[in-house]
Amino acid sequence: MNWVSYLIYAFLAISLTFNTLGSIALHRFPDVYTRLHGATKCTTFGTIFAVLAVFTHALYRLHVTGDPKYLQMALHSIVALLALLLTNPTGAHAIAKAAHLSGYKPVKAVVDAYEEKLGGEGR
Amino acid sequence: MMETVFFYAALVVMIAGLITILRIMLGPSVPDRVVGLDTLNTLVVAGMVLLGAAYDRTIYIDIAIVYALLSYIGTLAIARYLQGGLA
Amino acid sequence: MPFIAAFILSYLLWLVLTAGTNGLLWSTQELIAGVIFSLIVGYATRDVIGEKAGRFLNPVKWLGFIVYSPVLFWGMVKANLHVAWLVITGKIRPGIVRVPVDLENDAQYTIMSNSITLTPGTLTVDACPEEKALYVHWIKIPEGMERPQSSEPVAGPFEKWARRLGR
Repeated sequence: MNWVSYLIYAFLAISLTFNTLGSIALHRFPDVYTRLHGATKCTTFGTIFAVLAVFTHALYRLHVTGDPKYLQMALHSIVALLALLLTNPTGAHAIAKAAHLSGYKPVKAVVDAYEEKLGGEGR
Repeated sequence: MMETVFFYAALVVMIAGLITILRIMLGPSVPDRVVGLDTLNTLVVAGMVLLGAAYDRTIYIDIAIVYALLSYIGTLAIARYLQGGLA
Repeated sequence: MPFIAAFILSYLLWLVLTAGTNGLLWSTQELIAGVIFSLIVGYATRDVIGEKAGRFLNPVKWLGFIVYSPVLFWGMVKANLHVAWLVITGKIRPGIVRVPVDLENDAQYTIMSNSITLTPGTLTVDACPEEKALYVHWIKIPEGMERPQSSEPVAGPFEKWARRLGR
């Protein structure tokens, strides 16, 4: 037990808190768009910290054992994080646009400028 | 010692995934289910990375990379389909 | 030019993915196999990735992305605490607003929309380069903000960064 393990515990705690909040947000919010907020942001943030925990663990093991396997583990987890960070917001954007175009309107919205624009084009 | 902690972390991520699956089954509309699926994909990537550290195998993390990229393409395909055809 | 850009980027990815097999570095066979595969990938994607892909090889731009990442990360921290608070209390006032922006090319729109999606309370629904506007779903619109005149209240400093990075 040293300060590295406490760092990993802290990362894992943040990660699990936000991942669970993201899945609870799916049940708390009323419609597709607000659910996308909770789901996309919270799970992306939680996964960043899960990867950081694994990265710290792998670097520490590399420092202790000198086994190059742990260098691979650290680099590959960073590549997984980059893939997730590039694709997740784009996927959320695609779902939001598709939901709006297929006719699911935001519930309890105070303003819907996109609907006004689509109405103006006569779609 | 550290590996056990990663196991429990992966277990909590799986419980979050179960909550998400509940939304996929309940979801009143198709976009709701797609949102649930997208969330589940991210959670599976997190769980794969944690399990890779728990089992001490880098190949799990490679699977997480491939899964992240492929699930993104799946989400895009479903979104294009909802939007009006795959043309 | 697209061929060279695709070749260098895929070779860098290969180097990252295969590090640590021969001691802490690469073996000679791996380096040669990487060149072959990168040539194939670069040749196959030369028509797909566009003529201006060479600007992603500019080292100044990479430095810009490295400086940008802490700004984006701080935005994500604020966003997540905000969304977590909303999940717990459930006080929302949602709506889709039209945000006028002043950007020039596709890369700037991509950076801007992805940054907006990852930062406090906002999610890009559609980008319209022909009318220079983004349509943004805002989960908690402040009173009197239904028609924002600039991107400042929605995205904070991100428009400036997107204009600088995607040039």
